[in-house]
Amino acid sequence: MSRIEEAFKRLSKGNRKALVGFLVAGDPDMERSERDCRTALENGVDVLELGVPFSDPTADGPVIQAAGQRSLAAGTTVSKVLALAKRLRRDFETPIVLFGYVNPFFNYGYEKLAQDAAAAGVDAFLVVDLPFEESGEFRVHLDKVGLDFVSLIAPTTPDARLGTLLREARGFVYYIMVKGVTGARAEVAEDVAGHLARLKMHTRLPVAAGFGVSNGIQAREAARHADGVVVGSALVKAAGEGRLVALITEIRQALDTEEK
Amino acid sequence: MKRVDMNTVPDANGHFGVYGGRYVAETLMPALIEVEKAYRAAQADPAFEAEFRGLLKHYVGRPSPLYFAPRLTEAFGGATIYLKREDLNHTGAHKVNNTLGQAILARRMGKKKLMAETGAGQHGVATATVAARFGMECDVYMGEEDIRRQAPNVKRMKLLGARVIPVTSGTKTLKDAMSEALREWVAAVDTTFYVIGTVAGPHPYPVMVRDFQSVIGIETREQFIEAESRLPDLVVACVGGGSNAAGMFYPFLKDVGVKLVGVEAAGHGIATGQHAASIEAGRAGILHGSKSYVLQDAEGQILNAHSISAGLDYPGVGPEHALWADLKRVEYSGITDAEAVAAFHELALLEGIIPALESSHALAEARKRARSVGKGGAIVVCLSGRGDKDLESVLEYDARVKS
Repeated sequence: MSRIEEAFKRLSKGNRKALVGFLVAGDPDMERSERDCRTALENGVDVLELGVPFSDPTADGPVIQAAGQRSLAAGTTVSKVLALAKRLRRDFETPIVLFGYVNPFFNYGYEKLAQDAAAAGVDAFLVVDLPFEESGEFRVHLDKVGLDFVSLIAPTTPDARLGTLLREARGFVYYIMVKGVTGARAEVAEDVAGHLARLKMHTRLPVAAGFGVSNGIQAREAARHADGVVVGSALVKAAGEGRLVALITEIRQALDTEEK
Repeated sequence: MKRVDMNTVPDANGHFGVYGGRYVAETLMPALIEVEKAYRAAQADPAFEAEFRGLLKHYVGRPSPLYFAPRLTEAFGGATIYLKREDLNHTGAHKVNNTLGQAILARRMGKKKLMAETGAGQHGVATATVAARFGMECDVYMGEEDIRRQAPNVKRMKLLGARVIPVTSGTKTLKDAMSEALREWVAAVDTTFYVIGTVAGPHPYPVMVRDFQSVIGIETREQFIEAESRLPDLVVACVGGGSNAAGMFYPFLKDVGVKLVGVEAAGHGIATGQHAASIEAGRAGILHGSKSYVLQDAEGQILNAHSISAGLDYPGVGPEHALWADLKRVEYSGITDAEAVAAFHELALLEGIIPALESSHALAEARKRARSVGKGGAIVVCLSGRGDKDLESVLEYDARVKS
């Protein structure tokens, strides 16, 4: 069983929701980034999404854009992110997903990347701008080394398309709750329940809902109909402000508190 | 590499050989598929074609002349020089051919709002213009640096009722404006039609923009035959994203005797690294939704382009150009800022035409090749736009060079 499957299975047995935490690797530099990742893993993050910075992040809001710029300025490369994953893997069994944009991955070479990532103990890739139609070339190599390619589903994804996308989904499914870029929102998007129910009809994989979740109340709301919740920008911001433990604890508690 | 037939691309997913495609967030995929379906339906609808042709004629002022430039010919000392006068179009550049097509399409799709990115401001003005014409709202994303460089166009867009939204990320130029426009489109995808101004971006934009701009090459071909009873030896056009070049070249692809040259901005010189020559100095990569030649570092991070011409100041190029380059059907070369400015002055002084700095790159290339094509031969230069917007940039440049 893969680490991702195992993690979600264990949580669901305990009737708990997964906290998928996103941090930009190398933000503000590799040393502090590693410390933040370890803090996240020690304090209740169930799946770690390691953001691989890209110069032109077209799906990210200001917080993650800025984090990516800091990381690039500090000299972060795909190889250095893989090395970080490897160091984390020595001490943690938590699933690690590399999360990024396609060009640095394409530039590295899909086949070599799949092999090196597997060797580093990475479990999956999530590539924002590599939709189903373009991902075949990369998925082939990930399949060979047993890594998952996480499918993104949007509120705009029509039913007819869901089936195609989810047939090839691996690991878990990432549901993008809002039409827009990453970043905090005042409220959790509308009709998340409806969309998640629609999704569940097409897949037995666990579903994590993300985009716009920044606190415990929103996390619980989003997780109500999903198997887990993704927290990105808020975590990146908290890491920068030294509030990482506080935020993770708040969200963890909210997720673990029975709704009355 | 598998042999690709130039005349049957793109495939169903928008691939021009290994290039093109749709590299966007899933949130945008359904919208792109919808645009593509609507475009294919419009293409098959004679009413769409009739409205587009009618407005090109009566609103844009087409056909634009193919002008024989006698004094330029003499100065170049070789081949006869013809200029395809896209600068005489309504709004002063070729951009309106495309924005008109996309606006008619947007209206058919029931969209009430247009959005666009712009570099030099020509595409922004052309989008604002058609938005006014069709009674639509219009948001134009423009880098702060370009807002400074192209102030007259900013005023024009505002006068036409558009909102100009300054983009402050990255280099504050076209690349960042396009990134920001893509971000905003994700949020507004239900109501807003994104009018991409060049043959780049995700499918179906590269093919759609090429088709709308092909009127340039179709007219040129007919006009040249009319004037000279044969085909030209050489056709030259500047390439940033590559829309005027794609529109000019596409109808000539099968005319194997016609040499096609795309001119990229070599900025301060390719060797300096400060240029916008994606084909000459870049390599295959993915930027803004499609795979093509991209200026990038060893790690796949996109590099900043440089050109005195805001419209060419972009680190990518349309995917079909990448294919044409690989197949060697089109030759791509570079012209520096200095060479482009010299050509700008030369055309103004010799023909009384002030060209856009973008188009000045094509003129400079024609000058270099006029002797080798030789007397008795003929070169067509796509004069993609007029240069009023560039006066400030050129005067600034001249002052800097002299001091």
